[in-house]
Amino acid sequence: MSGLRQVIRSGVRRRRVQTVVIGLVAAAAVTASVLGAGLLVASRAPFDNSFAAQHGAHLTVQLAPDAKPPADVPGVVAASGPYAVLDVPLQGPPLTLVARADPGGDVDRVEVTDGRWATAPNEIVVGDGSFRLPVGEHLTTENGVTLTVVGTARSVSQTATAWVAPSAVESLGTIQGYQMLYRFGAASTAADVEAGRAAVEAALPKGAVTGARSWLDVRQQAVEEAAVFVPFLVAFALLGIVMAVLVVGTVIAGAVAAGTRRIGILKALGCTPAGIVRAFVAQALIPASVGGVAGAVAGNLIALPVLAETEQLYGSSNATIAWWVTLVAAGGVLVVVAATAWAAALRAGRLRTVDAIAVGRAAGPVRGRWAGRWAARLPVSRPVALGLARPFARPVRTTAILLAVATGATAVTFATGLAASLVRIQAAVEQDNADVIVMGMRGDAAGALPAITAQAGTRAAYGMGQAPAIVSGNTDPFSVTTITGDATWDGFEMVSGRWFTATGEAVAGAPFLNATGTRIGDTVQIKIQDQPVRLRIVGEVFETNGGVFTSTSTIPDVPVGEWHIALTDGTDKNAYAQSLTTALAGQNLTAQPNGAEIDPLLAVVQGLTLTLTLLLLAVAALGVLNMLVLDLRDRVHDLGVHKALGMTPRQTIAMVIASVAGLGVLGSLLGVPLGIAMQRLVVPAMAASGGLHLPESLLDVYGPVLLGGLALGGPVIALLGALLPAGWAARTRTAVALRTE
Amino acid sequence: MTDPVIDLRGVTRRYDEGPPALHDVSLTVKPGECVAVLGPSGSGKSTLLNLIAGLDRPDEGTVTVAGTRVDTLGEAASARYRRAHIGLVFQFFNLLDDLTVLDNVLLPAQLAGGSRKAARDHAAGLLSSLGIARHADAYPGRLSGGERQRVAVARALVNRPALLLADEPTGALDTASGEDVRHLLNGLHDSGQTIVLVTHDLRLAEACATRTIGMRDGHAEEER
Ligand SMILES: Nc1ncnc2c1ncn2[C@@H]1O[C@H](COP(=O)(O)OP(=O)(O)OP(=O)(O)O)[C@@H](O)[C@H]1O
Ligand SMILES: [Mg+2]
Repeated sequence: MSGLRQVIRSGVRRRRVQTVVIGLVAAAAVTASVLGAGLLVASRAPFDNSFAAQHGAHLTVQLAPDAKPPADVPGVVAASGPYAVLDVPLQGPPLTLVARADPGGDVDRVEVTDGRWATAPNEIVVGDGSFRLPVGEHLTTENGVTLTVVGTARSVSQTATAWVAPSAVESLGTIQGYQMLYRFGAASTAADVEAGRAAVEAALPKGAVTGARSWLDVRQQAVEEAAVFVPFLVAFALLGIVMAVLVVGTVIAGAVAAGTRRIGILKALGCTPAGIVRAFVAQALIPASVGGVAGAVAGNLIALPVLAETEQLYGSSNATIAWWVTLVAAGGVLVVVAATAWAAALRAGRLRTVDAIAVGRAAGPVRGRWAGRWAARLPVSRPVALGLARPFARPVRTTAILLAVATGATAVTFATGLAASLVRIQAAVEQDNADVIVMGMRGDAAGALPAITAQAGTRAAYGMGQAPAIVSGNTDPFSVTTITGDATWDGFEMVSGRWFTATGEAVAGAPFLNATGTRIGDTVQIKIQDQPVRLRIVGEVFETNGGVFTSTSTIPDVPVGEWHIALTDGTDKNAYAQSLTTALAGQNLTAQPNGAEIDPLLAVVQGLTLTLTLLLLAVAALGVLNMLVLDLRDRVHDLGVHKALGMTPRQTIAMVIASVAGLGVLGSLLGVPLGIAMQRLVVPAMAASGGLHLPESLLDVYGPVLLGGLALGGPVIALLGALLPAGWAARTRTAVALRTE
Repeated sequence: MTDPVIDLRGVTRRYDEGPPALHDVSLTVKPGECVAVLGPSGSGKSTLLNLIAGLDRPDEGTVTVAGTRVDTLGEAASARYRRAHIGLVFQFFNLLDDLTVLDNVLLPAQLAGGSRKAARDHAAGLLSSLGIARHADAYPGRLSGGERQRVAVARALVNRPALLLADEPTGALDTASGEDVRHLLNGLHDSGQTIVLVTHDLRLAEACATRTIGMRDGHAEEER
């Protein structure tokens, strides 16, 4: 078999381009797969990972102010507390303020993400939930205590909205109760946690436990929030993997097909079909392995920043890709390489020897002559006309090039559309376009409108109030938002129906409609603070929290609590907020700038789209390059004739590029609509899996400028793929080319 | 005395291994001459022709054709030089299978640019004077060997080259077709075309050559 080894070695060395292309494509495929799969895994278990890392509390128990914590509870493996829980009247929603001397301990090791832990009585550390304040901000309670934010922290168990030092308890006022945090030996099911809760309760006098929260509920909520976006990340990942596999397949199949003549000669010399298959599989596997290793390294490196962003998004804290993901990705790509090489070589190995030799020599019958005649009549130079007619001479190869270009264009179009939709969905979910928000210490901000309207730079403003409400028959409360003025600019997107206009009308999101079985046109009876209110639902708004929105006039009992303001272009929001706060001085209201921070999700998605788009472009261009090199190698003799007759290098380059230019345009014409169709199909399907209906406005992301850019994708891929081969063709030595027969 | 069309001085061409393919060859060809290059296989005949056509470069010496220093030309310049001054005929025709006979003939003219109409007329004239006008729209694959070589000759002449180079033009032809090509080249020579032809075919050499050069192991000797 040493003869075979010689064949393999020379195959790898002589077919240098082939070898390099296989290596590069394998590298790109592994990179994309590692990136995709790593992201999948990271998005799967972010909560569990962080919970484990923080030794999260399986049960958070609230005790009455006079209760003593039990000394020994069966089943408990770790406990911490008691920590005082304070009822502090602050602005905005009610806070769970916990007094805790240090963030560590046996249970709920709170992670300080910025600044430091509170030590002095006038310091506070805020969580990173809905209530966010940067370090250095000040908060004033209603009884006049000013607290400085010295840090932000994250508790996966969500044991508090904010923390203070125990020394702060005295000045802040009433202790609501005490918090005890428990970890149990067994806590994976609701029954386990319930048993633990019963044990804690049994160890205490009756009435001592005033509340308890299972980690499973916290988990449910966290997973649900992330669940909206996970399908999108999954789609990205799959796109990368599928594309990689496709291109690896075509490149390998092309490489083997090009070796048909070689196979024929090998067989003529007495090589067995099995030996041939082995030789070709090895010829593909050697460069693919080298590429695979490079790709694994590249994938892990590229993933670092992306994962760091995901970590912020999910609140997880393991910013590396699991080693087995890399292993599976690289192994998978190599298996695909081996399988396609095997299948293609098997086919070639079965060809009759005489035919195999003939295939390589005569390159089959000459086809597409009509195209040559037709192109000759075009008002273009002869080399360009020759190039334009070329695709029709080799339909199979042309199809392969077209496939590479079109797949590339499809993938880029789809990725761009997916990213754009996701960004829009994110904006619609957050409903947070306001530049400035006016809030009061407690409740009523209704009187602020005149001052806001009078302020220079106001473009639009609406007031909103929120209250929990109940629908009869449903135990879970939901939130009712009352709105004064036009709020439609603040990211609200209608799925169907219309926005409310009259008193008594309301719009709701899918979760509310699904949970209550309400349809548009129905009237629902809700209860707010035991007051019944009738709402006629006139539209479905895109919303994930199960809320209902209506006009303030419908429920005057829920007054405006804050104003959301949009500014005219060029107005500085900090200056605006400051001057508005001054104007509102008498009313105990403050104006604060809003929405400065960059959304981590956005960063992840954009980073991913860019990386994947570049990878896909490169891989598609490599596919084109591969096919062109095969084609030029077949035609090297003809090229020699052309040059002997006086074709200059420049004319040669023009001819080669013209031979793929049409395919580039055609690839875009096929690929872009296909990509749009995919986006249209996949995005709503993914949203539906999260229980959401997407409004048209979130899907319709392809504007004329974007489409123009995407349409260039095909020609760019073709051009990138053609440049190197065209250069080679121009440089081939004529005398040498003429000798090859 | 007219200037020579071809002037080779001390030309040596070495390939990687073995003795040089051409060794210190000097040669001049005057306008209107027909020079036959004879010699055994591997003696360097094709190498000599390639150097004259600018398809290859000598390691030593100079090659001047029609006043142009061919050995110093770059790729693009040598392509332009061939268009302007050289017509090439090969043993195996080297016609492009995917172009019609007429398009094959037209190709050098089209690569050179210039009037399409004039090139078309000239090509049509060549085809009919070579007796293959009725095949103008056929593809080379359908023609006989002799007919193909006529097409190759027409293609070589379409740019009215000062010099026609032919490498074993009858080598792949049967006796009758060979006779055909012999007549053709003879006629061209009579009409004043300068020709250098490499051949094993002594009858061809006798028929039209004004002078014969013998090649042996890379050395050239004047034979007559
Ligand atoms: N590209 C090349 N690389 C290496 N050696 C070459 C190359 N071209 C020609 N040779 C060598 O140079 C020598 C002369 O070759 P050439 O083709 O000129 O011979 P020839 O006289 O035309 O032979 P024939 O009558 O068989 O066509 C030969 O030994 C050949 O092997
Ligand atoms: Mg020869």
